[in-house]
Amino acid sequence: MSMILDPKIPSGPLEKKWSKHRGESKLVAPNNRPKFDLIVVGSGLAGASAAATLGELGYNVKCFCFQDSPRRAHSIAAQGGINAAKNYQNDGDSVFRLFYDTIKGGDFRSREANVYRLAEISLNIIDQCVAQGVPFAREYGGLLANRSFGGVQVSRTFYARGQTGQQLLLGAYQALQHEIAEGTVKMYPRTEMLDLVLVNGHAKGIVVRNLVTGEINTHAADAVILATGGYGNVFYLSTNAKGCNVTATWRAHKRGALFANPCFTQIHPTCIPVSGPYQAKLTLMSESLRNDGRVWVPKKKGDPRSPDQIPKEERDYYLERKYPAFGNLVPRDIASRNAKEVCDQGRGVGPSGLGVYLDFSDAIQRHGESTIRERYGNLFEMYQNITNENAYKTPMRIYPAVHYTMGGLWVDYNLMTNVPGLHVLGEANFSDHGANRLGASALMQGLSDGYFVIPSTIANYLATQMGKKASTEQPEFKAAENEARCRINRLLSIKGKKTVTTFHRELGLLVWDKCGMARDAQGLQEALQKIPAMRAEFWENVNVLGDGAEFNQALEHAGRVADFLEFAELMCLDALERNESCGGHFRLEFQTKEGEALRDDEHYCHVAAWEYAGPHTRPNLIKESLGFEYVKLSQRSYK
Amino acid sequence: MNFKLKVWRQKDGASPGSFKDYDAKDVPSEASFLEMLDIVNESLAASGEDPIAFDSDCREGICGTCSLVINGIPHGPGKGTTCQLYMRRFADSDTIWIEPFRAAAFPPIKDLVVDRSAFDRIIEAGGYIVVRTGSAPEANSLPVAKHDADLAMEAAACIGCGACVAACPNSAAMLFVSAKVSHLGLLPQGQAERESRVIHMVRKMDELGFGSCRNHYECEAICPAEVSATFMARLNQDYALASAKKVLAV
Ligand SMILES: Cc1cc2nc3c(=O)[nH]c(=O)nc-3n(C[C@H](O)[C@H](O)[C@H](O)COP(=O)(O)OP(=O)(O)OC[C@H]3O[C@@H](n4cnc5c(N)ncnc54)[C@H](O)[C@@H]3O)c2cc1C
Ligand code: FES
Repeated sequence: MSMILDPKIPSGPLEKKWSKHRGESKLVAPNNRPKFDLIVVGSGLAGASAAATLGELGYNVKCFCFQDSPRRAHSIAAQGGINAAKNYQNDGDSVFRLFYDTIKGGDFRSREANVYRLAEISLNIIDQCVAQGVPFAREYGGLLANRSFGGVQVSRTFYARGQTGQQLLLGAYQALQHEIAEGTVKMYPRTEMLDLVLVNGHAKGIVVRNLVTGEINTHAADAVILATGGYGNVFYLSTNAKGCNVTATWRAHKRGALFANPCFTQIHPTCIPVSGPYQAKLTLMSESLRNDGRVWVPKKKGDPRSPDQIPKEERDYYLERKYPAFGNLVPRDIASRNAKEVCDQGRGVGPSGLGVYLDFSDAIQRHGESTIRERYGNLFEMYQNITNENAYKTPMRIYPAVHYTMGGLWVDYNLMTNVPGLHVLGEANFSDHGANRLGASALMQGLSDGYFVIPSTIANYLATQMGKKASTEQPEFKAAENEARCRINRLLSIKGKKTVTTFHRELGLLVWDKCGMARDAQGLQEALQKIPAMRAEFWENVNVLGDGAEFNQALEHAGRVADFLEFAELMCLDALERNESCGGHFRLEFQTKEGEALRDDEHYCHVAAWEYAGPHTRPNLIKESLGFEYVKLSQRSYK
Repeated sequence: MNFKLKVWRQKDGASPGSFKDYDAKDVPSEASFLEMLDIVNESLAASGEDPIAFDSDCREGICGTCSLVINGIPHGPGKGTTCQLYMRRFADSDTIWIEPFRAAAFPPIKDLVVDRSAFDRIIEAGGYIVVRTGSAPEANSLPVAKHDADLAMEAAACIGCGACVAACPNSAAMLFVSAKVSHLGLLPQGQAERESRVIHMVRKMDELGFGSCRNHYECEAICPAEVSATFMARLNQDYALASAKKVLAV
C-alpha cells in the first residue's frame, strides 16, 4: 500500500502562486476564531512568531517549550544574519535571484513553489521586524545596512552585530509576551512534549511532562503545530544548544507523519575544532568571517612550522585556487568538504590535525585592525576565550561541525503533514532548503512560516473542523498518556551501568564517522548494523538516577537519546538509499572527476519521505518527485 | 587539574539546602566550567549519587540559561557567562564555591536551578512594540540615526540571565528593566507606547518582589552582556516624566 503524496502546490505562474493561494484559501471568521484551540510546540523564531500571530488573530493558543522561558529557544544563538531580497544595495538583487540562489544552493532538491514564496515573504519579514524594534545594523544615513554571506554574489543579509538570532527572537518573544498579556496565548515553559495524540487519524493533542514537577498530562486542541527545531544533536557534538532534540518530530513520525530527507544535514565549515573527549558542544564562528578571512593550509604534509613561519608561496589557499569566482565564499557544503579533504591529505593544522587556518592578516593590512575589530570583535573575543589564542595576531583554526538539519517532517504547501491537523514549521520541517541551506536563510524561513504562512494556511484545515472538538477525556488521550508514563518508568527501572551521556557520545561518534561529511554504502551498512545493537544495549544497561516525579535532567536527556537512537537508523537508511551526491549529502561513490557532488537527476530528483512501519520493520519510502519549471537543472558550479 | 568543590544541594523549593563537598578530578584546563560540572556529574552517576542540577542550553553565552554564583560572583570571575568561563582561569587544587542565583523573586527549583520567570512577567507588562503582523510599513521608510540604533542595540544585548539581580545587595531588577525600556525607547518605532511601557514595567517589577536600586552598580560590573548602568538613569528619567504626565493628565 503506497500513499500518494500531494504537495498541494497551487497552479498558475510561479510569481502568482502564493497570492492566488491566499485568495482561494478558506477563512475562519473573527468571531469563530476564539472557538478554535491551537497547540504550538516550540517558541523559537518559528513557534514564537506563529503563536503570537495566531493569538493576535484571535485563536486560542497554547505554546510549549522546554526552556525556562520562550526567549531562550535555540534561535537565540544565530549570529550572522537574515536574508531578504530588498535590493537596498542596488546590486542586482531581486525576489527571483533570492529564489534562484536558494534553489541552486540547495542543489536542486527543494520545491520551486515553496522557495519562491519564501523569497517573496522575505520582504515583509524585514518590515515586520524593524517595526517591532529589532535593532538591525544601519548606515550613517540611518538606512539599513547589509552584508554578504556564503554562496551568493549580492549583499542581502540584514544583521544585528553578531546577535541577529537573539534580536529577531526577542522581537518574536516580545510579541508573544504581549499576546500572553492579552490572554490569547497561554505559555507552558519547562514543559516537554512526549507524544502526539491522534483522534480518528487527526492530530488533536499532545502528551507533555512538566519538567519541574515531573507531572505528565495531556492537552487537546483543534490542530497541533510543531516548531521544535532541528535534530543536529543526533551527532552529540554540534553547534546546537544542548537541549535540541528530535523527540517531538520523531514521536509524530511514529504516529504516522512522514519524515522527509533525514540524511540532509549541514556541516558548517567554520567552527572551533574539537579539543577533547570531555567536550559537550562545538562553537560556531559566524560564516560572515569568510568575507574577510582567507582559508589556507600548508602545501606540505605535516608541516610543523607555525603559520607565521610559512611563506605565502608555501600556503595553499585551496578555496581561492579551486573556486576562483566565489573563493572563500563558496557554499557551506563545499567549504566543509574541502576542509575535510585537505585534512585527510595530512595537511590539517593544530594539535589534532583536524583544522584549517582562517587568516585575517591580509584583511587587517588592507582595512586596519580597528575595522576588523568593529566587524567581528565579539567573535574574536569568543575565539580567544575558548582557545586562548589571539586571532588578530595568528590565524584562527577552524574545522567543520554539524550545524543544521535540512530534513524534517514532510509538509505540503500549507505546511501540513500527511496527518490531518498536524502542521510543522521552521527547522523541524523539510521544506525549503533542499540538500544544503544557504547562510542566513533559516531565520528567514522560521519567520516566514510563523508570521506569514501558517496564520493564513491553517484556516484551510480549521474550516473543516467546526464542531469536531476533541477532549482529553477521550480514550486516545488516556492511552497515549499511559504509554508515555510507562516509558519513563521503564527508563528509570533499568538501573544499568552506563550513563546516558556515554550512549549519546557513542552514537554521535558513529554517525559522524559513517553519516557525516562523506558517506559510502559500506560505512552506512555498518552503521545500520551497529545502531540497533546500541539501542538494545541502551534499554538494558542505561543508568538513569532519581525519580520521575521531580526535576530530573538525566531523565530528560535519557528520553531524548532514546529517540536519537531510533532516528539515527532512519537517517543512515535514507543516506544509503540516496545513490547520488547532492549538497550536504556526499556519497563517496558519486563524485565528479574534480571531486564535486554528482547528482543523479534521473533517479533521485525527489523528496524521500519515510513512513513508520513499526519496530524492527523497514519503513516505507514514499517519493514526491520535484519538478523544475523555472530553473534549469544543472551541475552546481561555483568556479 | 583538580579542584575541591563546595556545591549547594537542595532537593526542591520546599526543602532546605546545604553545601556538599565534591572532588573534581583530572579536569583538562581547556574545559569550560560547565564541562567541569559535566565531568563531576558523570562520576556521581557512576557512584549512584544524583547528579548536580544546573541550567544551561546554548553554552555560547547568548541564551541566558546558565547561571551560578561562583566564589561569590554571579557567572564567576571575568566577563561573560558561566558557560564561557574556562578552567584555565583557576589554579590547580583551588576550592570553588558554587551556589544558585539568590533572590526573593527567583524561587529555587533544585540545587543550582532557580525560577526566573519573573522576568517574563515584566516583559509581558509592556516590554514590546505592538505591531499587527503584516501591517508594518516599508522598513527603510523610517531612517534611524546610526548612533541611536547602535545605542539601542547595546541595550537590547541583555540576555535576561538575571545575574544583575543576583549581584545586587537589594535584588533589584533595574538594569534588566532599564535595558528593555531603553532599547525600545531609543527607537522612533517605540515612541507611541514609551510612557505606558515604562510605568507598567516598573510597577510590575515592584509587585514581583524585586528590591529597589541603591546605586551599588554591582549589576553593571557583572553583566555578561555589558549593559551599561547609564540606561538606569534613562529609565529613571523616563519614569519620572511619564508619572508626572500621568498625574497632571496631560
Ligand atoms: C550557532 C548557530 C548559528 C546560526 N546562525 C544562523 C544565521 O546566522 N542565520 C540563519 O538564518 N540561521 C542560523 N542558524 C540556524 C537557525 O538559528 C535555526 O535553524 C533556527 O533558529 C531554528 O528555529 P526554529 O524556530 O525552527 O527552532 P528553535 O529555535 O530550535 O526552537 C525550537 C523550540 O522548540 C522547543 N522544543 C523542542 N523540542 C521540544 C519538545 N519535545 N517539547 C517542547 N518543546 C520543544 C524548544 O524549547 C524551542 O522553543 C544558526 C544555528 C546555530 C546552531
Ligand atoms: S548556556 Fe546559554 S548563556 Fe550560558
